[in-house]
Amino acid sequence: MSSTLRIENLHVAVDGKEILKGVDLTIRQGEVHALMGPNGSGKSTLAYALVGHPKYEVTEGRILLDGEDLTSLDPCERARRGLFLAFQYPVTIPGVRVADFLRHAVSNIRNPDRKEGEELIPMREFRKELRHWMQELGMDPSFATRYLNDGFSGGEKKRMEILQLAMLHPKFAILDETDSGLDSDAVRVVSEGLRKLAGPDMGVLIITHHERLLEMNPPQFVHVMLAGRIVETGDAALAHELHEKGYEPVRQRHPDIAAEETAEQAATAGAE
Amino acid sequence: MSTGSATEISIPPVYRAFLRDAFEAFLAERDEPDWLIDRRRRAFDCFEQSLTQPLEPEEWKRLDLRLFHTLRFTPPVRDRSGLVTQVDTMLATRTEFGASVSHTDGTAGPSGTRELPAGVVFCPLTEAVRVHEDIVREHLMTRAVLPDTDRFSAWHAAFWNGGVLLYVPRGVVLDRPLHSVLGSSAADAADFAHTLVVLDEGASATLLEETASLNAEGSALHVGAVELLVGRGAHLRYVQIQNWNERTWHFAHQAGRVEQDGFLQWTVGGLGARFAHIHQTVSLDGRGAGAEVNGVSFATGRRTLSYYTQQTHCAASTRSDLLYKSVLRDRSRVVWRGMIRVEPEAQQTDGYQRCDALLLSPESRMDAIPGLEIEADDVRCTHGATVGRVDDEQLFYCMTRGLTQHEAMHLIVSGFFQSVFDRIPVTEVREAFDDAVVQKLGLGD
Repeated sequence: MSSTLRIENLHVAVDGKEILKGVDLTIRQGEVHALMGPNGSGKSTLAYALVGHPKYEVTEGRILLDGEDLTSLDPCERARRGLFLAFQYPVTIPGVRVADFLRHAVSNIRNPDRKEGEELIPMREFRKELRHWMQELGMDPSFATRYLNDGFSGGEKKRMEILQLAMLHPKFAILDETDSGLDSDAVRVVSEGLRKLAGPDMGVLIITHHERLLEMNPPQFVHVMLAGRIVETGDAALAHELHEKGYEPVRQRHPDIAAEETAEQAATAGAE
Repeated sequence: MSTGSATEISIPPVYRAFLRDAFEAFLAERDEPDWLIDRRRRAFDCFEQSLTQPLEPEEWKRLDLRLFHTLRFTPPVRDRSGLVTQVDTMLATRTEFGASVSHTDGTAGPSGTRELPAGVVFCPLTEAVRVHEDIVREHLMTRAVLPDTDRFSAWHAAFWNGGVLLYVPRGVVLDRPLHSVLGSSAADAADFAHTLVVLDEGASATLLEETASLNAEGSALHVGAVELLVGRGAHLRYVQIQNWNERTWHFAHQAGRVEQDGFLQWTVGGLGARFAHIHQTVSLDGRGAGAEVNGVSFATGRRTLSYYTQQTHCAASTRSDLLYKSVLRDRSRVVWRGMIRVEPEAQQTDGYQRCDALLLSPESRMDAIPGLEIEADDVRCTHGATVGRVDDEQLFYCMTRGLTQHEAMHLIVSGFFQSVFDRIPVTEVREAFDDAVVQKLGLGD
């Protein structure tokens, strides 16, 4: 049976300030959705809230995975149920080798009931799979023994996120600006990687400013976010329009929300 | 400076059981050669005198001994036979040792000695005084730890009991590690174990030593010393893991001397004790001598772990490399005061020291004070110290990959220790430390 991720009337606050003001979105396995919108519209907030960042407080609404409300679960439990976020800015963990980190992650995701200290996925099987995906993603085998993201370039970090996506094979993947800050070669590698991975058993939410990632992974649905709400949903044509004309036409079509956006920006600027 | 006599009034209670009468009673119980008794007497005079002197401010000003001064311990007794039992230790069952010696409250227990190569001596130090008198007489507190250094060295030199001698003759290479356990069992007992290692020219050996409390509750005192004498071209790996119970007070002078082209790889582990202070000196005495000093500490509860380290370069083309890593949780405290000293003749010296700490709780505290004293002009000396906290974003990231918070913490802490673990050549020691990390992270959960 195909899984569904349903976001209902989601309100999220950070440090007491409401960022998301009622987001509704449904993603089914096998679908590719794009989420676009100007800076500060709440795209990354939605990504963090979905995977359970403790600073992102859900004040109203629900996140349902096949009917189960995830909002009270911690990030580890959500990951084990099949949610994955490719980070815009992945952290560095000095001293922890990529292979060791991934072996723990893979063991937990594939065996969601696993307790700490219980058996890990067999080394042979794991190594074989890791080597396979590193090759597919054009990564040097030496990455496996490097410390996680320690000294990695921007492109290497993003590729590491895609490698994790490949190894963990979630039901739903959220990619937070995976294409930002990359040169065109790196964008191509990441886009091709995603194309190989996404299939009928993965739902994908691509957060992006740009169109590049979408060219190789054409979305069936494109959503536009403005001031904490999804204001429009369309198909790939909407992404083209945004790419060519920017967000002004969207603002003109939604003057009330655009005004709210302006007021918020003024308030933020005033506070600084 | 005060030169008054050691009156009852000025001496804190903790020392009162170790004054003249007690010392004479201690000596009377021992059947030792005159030279040793003379040395003990001279050391005792030093000790008595030292009680009226303040401790070196730079070494002690960050530490609080007020609580210690009120405690009462009893001097070591000659024989506690019958008390010796199997000590449950971190390393004992992990590998096969070339030989093993254990002590409980200063009394040697059964030793698991295999056939060692001819001329190698590995035995309780008290036995060595009888059987290998010349070696002990030549090296015991004559070159590395000197009795008159301070109160604790003098106290130890007067009252030492227990500990081991490892002597490896010229050119002999020991493949298997040797093992020494210092155990404590009696409540309020004082332990004065001494470790003496002498490697002749071209010899090579590994000694793993650990401390353990048989009794988890009883308070105890350890005033110890470690002397590591590495001859020309010799190679010594020495590990000491301090894992006393949380009511033990541990004071130790530990000194290594390395001759020409010799190499000392020294690892100090600090896991237990209520309070531990180690005065650690490594001296590069001959051209081309080298030393690597590794420190691994995991402080929990209310304990204080303190290290006062000195790397002394006395000859040209010598190398020293110190890396201390500490993780602190609860209300624990770690103090590290490090010094690299380069004598005028020690040109082309390469000295390095680094101390990193990771704080797991807001109430824990780390003091890291590096220092350099350089009297030669053609040297390379660098130092650094960092204090960080576990980053919530790191924990969150790991959790989004399916790791529990505890598992994430373990991974991050192990990662923090990785660079020092990479320098510990003995797998079993790395494993023991990692198990200790798991256990310490679990405390209080």
